[in-house]
Amino acid sequence: MLPGTPFHSRTAPLCAAHNWRRWGPCVVAGSYDLHPEREYFAVRTSAALFDVSPLYKYAIRGVDATRLLNRVITRDVSRCRVGQVFYTPWCDAAGKVLDDGTLQRLGESVFRLTCAEPNLQWLYANATGLQVEIEDVSEQVAALSLQGPSARAILQHLCPADLNDLRYFHVMGSQLGSVAVEISRTGYSGDLGYEVWCEAAAAPQLWDLIWEAGMPYGLVPAGILALDVARVEAGLLLLDVDYTSARAAAIEARKSSPYELGLGWAVDLRKENFVGRAALALEQTRPAQWRFVGIEVDWLDVEGLFNAAGLAPQVPTQTLRASVPLYLSDEWVGYASSTVWSPITKRYIGLAHLRAPHFATGTSLQMEVTVEHQRRLASAKVVELPFYDPPRKRS
Amino acid sequence: MRSSDCIIIGAGANSLVAAAVLARAGRKVLVLERLDRVGGTHASAELHPGYRFDTAMTSLGWLPPLLSRQLRLSRHGLNVHWAGMPLLALERDGHSLPLWRDERRTVRSLRMLSVRDAERWPAFCARAARLAGFLRSAYMLPAPQVPNPGLGDAWTLVQLGLKARGLGRMEMLELLRVLPLSVSEWLDEWFESDLLKGALGAGGVQNINLGPQAAGTALGLLHHHVGAALGDIRPVGFVRGGMARLGEALAAAAQAAGATIELNSAVASVLVRSGQAAGVVLANGSEIKAATVVSGLDPKQTLLELVGGDWLEPGFVRRVNNIRGEGIAARVHLALDGLPVFPDVPSGGMDALGRISISPSLEYVERAHDCAKYGRVSNAPVLEAVIPSLSDASLAPAGCHVMSVAVQYTPWHLRAGAWNAERSTALRDNVVALLDAHIPGLRARIQAAVVHTPADFEREFGAPRGNLYHADLTLDQILFMRPIAGWAQYRTPVRGLYMCGPANHPGAGITGVAGYHAARAVLHTKP
Repeated sequence: MLPGTPFHSRTAPLCAAHNWRRWGPCVVAGSYDLHPEREYFAVRTSAALFDVSPLYKYAIRGVDATRLLNRVITRDVSRCRVGQVFYTPWCDAAGKVLDDGTLQRLGESVFRLTCAEPNLQWLYANATGLQVEIEDVSEQVAALSLQGPSARAILQHLCPADLNDLRYFHVMGSQLGSVAVEISRTGYSGDLGYEVWCEAAAAPQLWDLIWEAGMPYGLVPAGILALDVARVEAGLLLLDVDYTSARAAAIEARKSSPYELGLGWAVDLRKENFVGRAALALEQTRPAQWRFVGIEVDWLDVEGLFNAAGLAPQVPTQTLRASVPLYLSDEWVGYASSTVWSPITKRYIGLAHLRAPHFATGTSLQMEVTVEHQRRLASAKVVELPFYDPPRKRS
Repeated sequence: MRSSDCIIIGAGANSLVAAAVLARAGRKVLVLERLDRVGGTHASAELHPGYRFDTAMTSLGWLPPLLSRQLRLSRHGLNVHWAGMPLLALERDGHSLPLWRDERRTVRSLRMLSVRDAERWPAFCARAARLAGFLRSAYMLPAPQVPNPGLGDAWTLVQLGLKARGLGRMEMLELLRVLPLSVSEWLDEWFESDLLKGALGAGGVQNINLGPQAAGTALGLLHHHVGAALGDIRPVGFVRGGMARLGEALAAAAQAAGATIELNSAVASVLVRSGQAAGVVLANGSEIKAATVVSGLDPKQTLLELVGGDWLEPGFVRRVNNIRGEGIAARVHLALDGLPVFPDVPSGGMDALGRISISPSLEYVERAHDCAKYGRVSNAPVLEAVIPSLSDASLAPAGCHVMSVAVQYTPWHLRAGAWNAERSTALRDNVVALLDAHIPGLRARIQAAVVHTPADFEREFGAPRGNLYHADLTLDQILFMRPIAGWAQYRTPVRGLYMCGPANHPGAGITGVAGYHAARAVLHTKP
């Protein structure tokens, strides 16, 4: 049986829906209510508490820690100051993305890498000849993600330091009650939010602290279905949904480079070398073949299609993690990998991959929509990402 | 800062051949050797006062006439003596079986053992010569480039090569059939005598941690048969004055062509700039610039230690780490104050004596390997001894002899713990007892005995994991798969860095050819 996370003793009694979903090596709540809507709106209007412990986490220490990470990730670790957090992809030798995640620099030679899939073997494989200690701390470290406009106020009740000083994508050590933690100003929601990291043994205590502090703010325990809607609005990728790891791709065509996933900004070719650099340097000189974009589906069109069948319009209220074909005058030009009705923007949105030259913002497309068992086409257009970007996200 | 066109790391046979070929082509060549002598594993040392032993390689592998001619090695002092009796197989009961370079003499001695085997001998020699002849042609060419290696490509290429060489259809099928066979199966097809099969079969597993029943070991026998004269079997070549003379002759050839050789210069790392070799850093910290660096060290040392992981992608590193080749042989060197009595050796035989084999049956060899399989030294190891002083009196005091015994199987990695003095001594005693049981009176002749374990080879010769051959010669690690599939052109992921050691095609036992091909690869690459 798949285990729960270190927070299971706290999340289980709250999970009225018994909607457990597998995430990595454990189960977590998909939603606590029968429908994730309340949990989603907590992210956008008050605060939601997510158990993100199933993330894979690696502690990397030692004199060559920077050198190892610089071999692996596409960004330049030497530019990551102590207390800073980098979001970064990493690639294979052909420059195709293996995984993406965050890198926290906790000390001069102390890092924590978090990711969606196991990467221990890859880290070891890159550590040839280096003096570095790589430890899989996935089970030792538990993590909560507190996301929403009230996140800072809630956490400030517990945190002795002024959280206004913790800037976006930075991390600091702290003490909440008697629990030693690291607080990072990060999240997967595209909203104001924090992730709090602690020893697994202290997990229930940490939950109780935040839970109590959050009560007056309407804090809601939230599952990954709500998070999945928020992250699409934020234009954030999900491995195995929006792209396939080069490690798992059955065919070459399923692999993607960082440039094709909108992560070109995270590729630092000024670094003398890293895995995949030669391939990426070459790719950068060539016109892009694919681009990762946002699409917005024309609501009136969708409504019309369903009306014609005598139905009220139906849209995915949870993120549809399936490939949906996109056309331009009968020509297949790409696919949407995550589509959802965005409750906050009241738009039918999707994250999509489009072939050259059809990916310019404003390009009109058609997306396949299934109406009463029949495939129809609804108009859609290419829009800029993210779909939702409140100023408080970075505040 | 000092600079050169080409830096060659190590002064083993392959490195020196590469140095000579590059220098002859007009390149400015600098050879850097860690030790105070050239020759690498072709080494001689006075292990006991007045006694000069070939400490690692006890017999010269095939030295292609092309190399001897091009590098004028005889003019530079190389003189090789090929033993007239390449194999003397001993049995515990005092019987022995001499095999000769002269096929008819072998047939005569085989008749004492088995009339049937004697009758089949000429046909076997002819078959082995034709099959080894194909390998010979393949070895004299650089391995073909295979962009997408796979078994299909392998066979296609083998077949293409065969067709190109004009081998008939049946012969081609026979080669494809024999190479993957175990040496046991192949010899069982031909012969019935255990003594003959044991002595021949040991050649199939020479320096490989496999038993004669392992698939693909027939290749080992054919590999070491390359270059043999018709009728000869597992030829034994002694270098006059000791094996070190090979390195000295090659060094003289390289220097005559303009190469510089620096002894006592250990290379600590290869300098890489933007993916291109830029020179080397010596152990003393000084840098020498060169756009071409050729390493005679094994791929693991060259790539993982001298270059390091910054310039190698993990998939490549994993494949380098997976190169198989762990030392499995040791040497026991005996200083003898006289020649013991070899029972049954016909008159004139002693002067022609090459390899003395204690490997009385294929089952004996397989059981010897059983121990190694579980990380132990064989209780009853396979022994192959040479007494080069029989044909070269300069190696020992008058009337005295040097005897070097290759011992297999003695794993580099012992389950019980690392090699130490106690384990070396136990090995020596066991080997001496075994020899004495086959050669009566030998023990009384021993003045001194020196053991070289795989751990010693690693320390003294930089042999990776104690393997003098650097990488096993098995079907998955030959031709375009040596040292790893797709990288058999002596090149590396670092532009300008080449490898020329015996882990490269065609491999150990084919003297200097990897160095020759590597130098040609350097010359054929546009800067």
